[in-house]
Amino acid sequence: MKGKKRRESVSTTILAKVPVVEPGHTPATVTDQISSVVLTRTPKWWYAAFGASFLLVLLLMQAVTKLLVEGTGIWGLNVPVGWGFAIINFVWWIGIGHAGTLISAILLLLRQPWRTSINRFAEAMTLFAVACAGLFPLIHVGRPWLAYWLLPIPNTMDMWPQFRSPLIWDVFAVSTYATASLLFWYVGLIPDLATLRDRSISRVRKVVYGFFAMGWRGSARHWHNYESAYLLLAGLATPLVVSVHTIVSFDFAIGQIPGWHATIFPPYFVAGAIFAGFAMVITLAVPLRVIFRLQDFITLRHIQSMAKVMLATGLIVAYGYLTEIFMAFYSGNQYEEFMLLNRIQGPYRYHWYALLLCNVLAPQLMWIKRARTSPLIVFVVAMFVNVGMWLERFVIVVTSLHRDFMPSSWGMYHGTYWDWATFIGTIGLFLSLLFLFIRFLPMISMFEMRTILPESEDSQA
Amino acid sequence: MSQTMPQHRPIYGLMAEFTSSHELLRAIRASRASGYTKMDAYTPYPIEEVWEELGHHRSKLPAIVLTGALIGIALGFGLQYWASVINYPLNIGGRPLNSWPAFIPITFEVTILVATLFAVAGMFVLNGLPMPFHPVFNVKRFALASRDRYFLCIEADDLNFDREATAQFLQNLNPTEVSEVAG
Amino acid sequence: MSTTSTAKKRLLGTRGREFWRSLEELADDPEFEQVLHREFPEQAAVWPEGVDRRRFLQLTSASLALAGLAGCTRQPPEKIVPYVNQPEELIPGQPLYFASAFELDGYANGILVESHMGRPTKIEGNPDHPASLGATDLFAQAAILSVYDPDRSQAVRHLNRIRTWRAFVDDTRRGLNALNALGGARLRILTGPVTSPTLAAKLDEVLATYPQARWHQYSAAGRHSGSSGSRMAFGMEVATRYDFRQAKVVLSLDADFLNTGAAAVRYARDFMGGRQIRSVADSMNRLYVAEMTPSGTGAAADHRLPVPAGAFDQFTAALASALGIPEFSPPELDERLLSWVRVVARDLEAHRGACAVIAGAYCSPAVHALVHILNDRLGNNGRTVLHSDPIEARPVDQLQDLQTLVRDMSAGEVDALVVLAVNPVFDAPADLDFAAAMMKVSRRIHLGLHDDETAELCHWHVPQAHDLESWGDARAFDGTVTLRQPLIDPLYGGKCPLELLQLLLGDDGLSNREILERFWQQTASSTMSVAAWRKAVHDGFIRDSQKPPRAIETRPDAAAEVAVGLSATTDAAITVVFRPDPTIYDGRFANNGWLQECPKPLSKLTWDNAAIVGPALAARMGVANEQMVRLELEDRALELPIWIQPGQADRTLTLHLGHGRSRAGRVGTDTGFNAYSVRTSTALWRAPGARVTPLATTYPLATTQLHHNIAPVNLEGEEAEKRHLVRIASLETFRHHPEFAKHAGHAPTADVSLYPPYEYNGYAWGLSVDLGACTGCNACVLACQSENNIAVVGKDQVQMGREMHWIRIDRYFAGDLDDPQIHHQPVMCMHCEQAPCEVVCPVAATTHSSEGLNEMTYNRCVGTRYCSNNCPYKVRRFNFLKYSDYETPVLSLMRNPDVTVRFRGVMEKCTYCVQRINHARITAEKENRKISDGEIVTACQQVCPSEAIVFGDLNDPESEAVRRKSSSLDYGILEELSTKPRTTYLARVQNPNSALEAEKKA
Repeated sequence: MKGKKRRESVSTTILAKVPVVEPGHTPATVTDQISSVVLTRTPKWWYAAFGASFLLVLLLMQAVTKLLVEGTGIWGLNVPVGWGFAIINFVWWIGIGHAGTLISAILLLLRQPWRTSINRFAEAMTLFAVACAGLFPLIHVGRPWLAYWLLPIPNTMDMWPQFRSPLIWDVFAVSTYATASLLFWYVGLIPDLATLRDRSISRVRKVVYGFFAMGWRGSARHWHNYESAYLLLAGLATPLVVSVHTIVSFDFAIGQIPGWHATIFPPYFVAGAIFAGFAMVITLAVPLRVIFRLQDFITLRHIQSMAKVMLATGLIVAYGYLTEIFMAFYSGNQYEEFMLLNRIQGPYRYHWYALLLCNVLAPQLMWIKRARTSPLIVFVVAMFVNVGMWLERFVIVVTSLHRDFMPSSWGMYHGTYWDWATFIGTIGLFLSLLFLFIRFLPMISMFEMRTILPESEDSQA
Repeated sequence: MSQTMPQHRPIYGLMAEFTSSHELLRAIRASRASGYTKMDAYTPYPIEEVWEELGHHRSKLPAIVLTGALIGIALGFGLQYWASVINYPLNIGGRPLNSWPAFIPITFEVTILVATLFAVAGMFVLNGLPMPFHPVFNVKRFALASRDRYFLCIEADDLNFDREATAQFLQNLNPTEVSEVAG
Repeated sequence: MSTTSTAKKRLLGTRGREFWRSLEELADDPEFEQVLHREFPEQAAVWPEGVDRRRFLQLTSASLALAGLAGCTRQPPEKIVPYVNQPEELIPGQPLYFASAFELDGYANGILVESHMGRPTKIEGNPDHPASLGATDLFAQAAILSVYDPDRSQAVRHLNRIRTWRAFVDDTRRGLNALNALGGARLRILTGPVTSPTLAAKLDEVLATYPQARWHQYSAAGRHSGSSGSRMAFGMEVATRYDFRQAKVVLSLDADFLNTGAAAVRYARDFMGGRQIRSVADSMNRLYVAEMTPSGTGAAADHRLPVPAGAFDQFTAALASALGIPEFSPPELDERLLSWVRVVARDLEAHRGACAVIAGAYCSPAVHALVHILNDRLGNNGRTVLHSDPIEARPVDQLQDLQTLVRDMSAGEVDALVVLAVNPVFDAPADLDFAAAMMKVSRRIHLGLHDDETAELCHWHVPQAHDLESWGDARAFDGTVTLRQPLIDPLYGGKCPLELLQLLLGDDGLSNREILERFWQQTASSTMSVAAWRKAVHDGFIRDSQKPPRAIETRPDAAAEVAVGLSATTDAAITVVFRPDPTIYDGRFANNGWLQECPKPLSKLTWDNAAIVGPALAARMGVANEQMVRLELEDRALELPIWIQPGQADRTLTLHLGHGRSRAGRVGTDTGFNAYSVRTSTALWRAPGARVTPLATTYPLATTQLHHNIAPVNLEGEEAEKRHLVRIASLETFRHHPEFAKHAGHAPTADVSLYPPYEYNGYAWGLSVDLGACTGCNACVLACQSENNIAVVGKDQVQMGREMHWIRIDRYFAGDLDDPQIHHQPVMCMHCEQAPCEVVCPVAATTHSSEGLNEMTYNRCVGTRYCSNNCPYKVRRFNFLKYSDYETPVLSLMRNPDVTVRFRGVMEKCTYCVQRINHARITAEKENRKISDGEIVTACQQVCPSEAIVFGDLNDPESEAVRRKSSSLDYGILEELSTKPRTTYLARVQNPNSALEAEKKA
């Protein structure tokens, strides 16, 4: 019966105007072209690109060292603004991660064949984004060497974490998310690792790939358990991805600061995460397909679909903003009202305006077919969204905190050099990991590509 | 095993290579028709029919994952309850010791975590992975199984297995090649 | 080379008898100065430029630290016995309290000093002392830090080289004898105002021994106008004090009598005692304040009127004429002012004998004289106003006195100058050019706590023993003789003035304690029995030694003279008003980090002074906050930043003295701008005709209540009102709606929570703050800082909003910013029963105790700062960097051993002084009883002069705290958040004059 389902989904694929794979491809060609990216000699530009992003990693290291030596004070934080860049970046990165899981899990369950050619690097992106995100909660605390006290492990004081705190929920959510994503990604890789094992000439590569392929033979039994495991993982990852950003939103929603304490936060954060994530996938996919000549596998069909998702989630986010505005006045709560007016007229108003431009206006371009089928335009819009989503978190964190209940304690917040260094550093980390990935692992899932080839489709008819 | 021939080196089985999944499926049907039971097929991508034609049915994995999930629930909530009510009770902002609504998110996450681990572990166990070496790797051309070729292997411990007869039988299914799989 | 030639010229110019150190010094060649610095680069080398003030306490050289350590472990042989044979009363961990005295400009306040194992750690008021009644001002609180200041001068120096005390003694003797041989040393001694009988007697001895010697007194912030005013009115020096307990109506003419001056602490208690409103039955006094620059007293007033400094004298004239004094005619003034005066005058008339008019220390002498006359006419003398013989041992016109000295020195008629614990080179009027005159004196000796500006130009510098290191006596505002006993041997072997004078008398064998005892037990004037003396030392003062009130009539022709004496201007130009700085006073406390970082009342500035102007004037000048301006007075100019101060009188620019020091120490050097540089002897307190030119540059100022432009101030005020943080009503309204305070907010009902409430049987600690009583004097801020080892962070950190004070005094302006309502609100941790901070802490570092305390467990804190974000009151403070000093031993001696010193990365906040609670609990449990009410007194409560703060057990129906909280005026802030705060406030009730209210409306 499972086979039947696939056939249906396949037929939709074939009917679709733009195919997910350009015609004329066979399992052999697909395999050769994708694996060649990994198996041929490293191109010069790769060293340049990797080197450049690694410089940023060094900047990150410098910033973190400085932080550990001198303390959180090197950042622009103060009372009342106790959270700044660190938390903004954390939410931003974790949000970006979500697209990966969404594409690989939810689209799998929804049987969207166009996911196949992008899910691999989308998942990789998730992992790297989560890695960057995970860094911040660790270093943003005043005494990072004690950050492990947030874990439920018996310590010298025989004390446990305080489980009512959303930060502890975060710890569990993020670590679960990281683990699940990693496993999901790795499981997805196994058959391709086997391919690389079988195709690589150098002994070393054979051994390494072979080691991670775990002796995969592609036997019917393997495939059978593999498929159900993969589906089950997808089924688990789907609620997980929703819960993660819900919990991230609790960091704010559970607090009682006006501008944080809102019930709309969970859905609107999840939508925002997917919004940001797809923007980032586009940001990566558009250049990659050109560089590696993968236009056959990442077709306009993909660009377009992603653009549509971006538009849809963008609209949900916009709705979130509207709800905030509406509730602020409808609630009749003076603190909420003030918070909103302060967002609109206060010292940080330009951040808010810019955020509306990036997150609400820019995506509207995607209504136009010509725009969303032009990789360049989609790319530009995606860049806007990347910036916009960072601004959104800035507005939520900083403008809510800097003028809360006690007028006497109002303050201002400005990121310092070290705030920026840390942020840009993590971008470097993200890119470095990404470059390593595209160099040593197939960025498109070969075995799944084989399944969606017309040839292999009618093979099962 | 009465017919096995002592003078020969024992082998794992006989393997036939096909270029398309139709041929593979046809071969499987034929083999089963002629009474072979111990065989396995190798394909570059999952083909559910192959599994069904080989006469197997559903996987045990869902049950395993469910068990994992239930353990996760117990573990997650249990940890929080024990830590904040029994082991180290504290008055936190005037909230009751057992603030169960606040314990739900973690319970949920732990559930997912344990279930995921069970799913992956379960898959490996059921597939007998990791298995760094397997006799079928002795076949040179088997490397193509992870590219675009389809293989059917009738194993030597099949009751009807006979080195010549089975080889002959496979040849009749006009494969690209039939090769012995060294044991 | 050139040096010698110039030197020759100088030599030709000088007359025979002159000693000099060297040709260079004689030529006082700038090159030589550089050489000196190169040769003795102590300061320079150890403290490179731009040393970070934040870490000022951390920064100190090992040698100095060790010296401090060595010094501290010695105990004074007189009182505190070394450990080799431990006295019974000295139990490790149990503090001892010693009565002593804190002196400012000669006037004493009685204090009790907490001593841990022989180390003074905290200063409290002396409850029996008439000037204290158990409270102190902020200066007394900060004295502890001054004792342990690592920058204190540590050694006798001659020409900047370290010498021994003996060398100094010999050299001085030789010099003076040589002079005596030549017909009497023309010795000059410069001190601050002296009230100490012993010191005065000692000085007289010296004057007797050196017939040619003279004694001069000068203090930059001294009682200048006061004394000349009293001479004008009475023809002699008269000390005037007030008894506000008797006063129903008080008119303050620019007098900040609640917060500043020798009697402020007592006055605040007496005055606020007269307006404690708990129920509708209570009655209260009324306070009118007319002032040039806003003050705490102004903020506490029922009617406050900003009066331009230039027109102030005429304003008082208007008052005189309104009170029907024939010599005065109503002047040309803004009708608003005149009508105000008429109403006030009527009110005063209506309360003859039960009212009081008080003039500010910095008004013109004529105004002081006029006030004497008015009180006379209003029949207040002997009732609310008490006159007595002067408190000072030898009252003089300090300015004249200083001018004489300078004249003599410039004329070369001074052989030797002894400067005792004052810093004239820094704070003398600019036009006198004290430094130049002083350089003409060939033997210059300086005794001081710091190697300061004056020390730099003296041949000899002798480190002074701090008040808490030496014996002494001084009189309080009412003349009560207050005895000062040391808590610790001089850390750096300092000497006190008595000892130095003793040396001049050719006998340095006598310890200052012996000098003191001899005086009180053996001089003719007083012969106390040893027992009586012991008792006095124990009590900290000699009972019934205050100057008895006398009936003194004002001279009949005084009024006429005053009428002439009042400056006739109603000046339209900008008038500069000089004031001692609210926290570092005249500059003597510049190196005290606590005081530097203490937010100045109303402006909330720290670490700086500024040109303070009102919004209207600022608008006319087109200047913004922090914008630099060039201020010109006659031929002197000063460039400094603008600070716009709501409530500042129009055409009035306030300058605080004491900043801009060039040689104060690591903390105090180069903070702010030196106002003395434009302050001349012709205009000590008020300089008309100032020219202000805006400059393009700006200078960042650090405030603890943010407003970089004036607009948010309004917003702050409006929001504070909308949020009902400060609740106020007139006495009338209160009587009609006793529940107004409760009704203002939306306190949720008990059943609003989903969760069952926690039971607090046993103790339930709580605190009540009376907004009506708070004068914003900052004493609580300092007391808390001292009690709880709160770190100083430095200007740059304050700018970033990271000050660490556990209790802050919020200040709100409401209404017209040129004549606003001013509210103070002390805010410390509310110890919410449903604390938002606790729920969000991921590591349970902040939790609730069984007695309802919201407790911080420092070593459990990892520093996520989530608690601070979620605290609606923003009372939590975070150690963003390593603020506490762990390196300097001398500072670890200062700390309260009962309170953890917090490390970097840790959150901290008010604990309700949990160490005091536990101390009381232990004692009570040992005696097997409950803690009685009033047994636990938090640091802020203990120091508060006006008893605004009360702490107690909310489960004890008899406790004062419960009594207050049961008043209908009791309310909690932000209660609608259902935090159930344990700290609540008593709404402020004002007693406005309906007549004036009516005028306001019209």
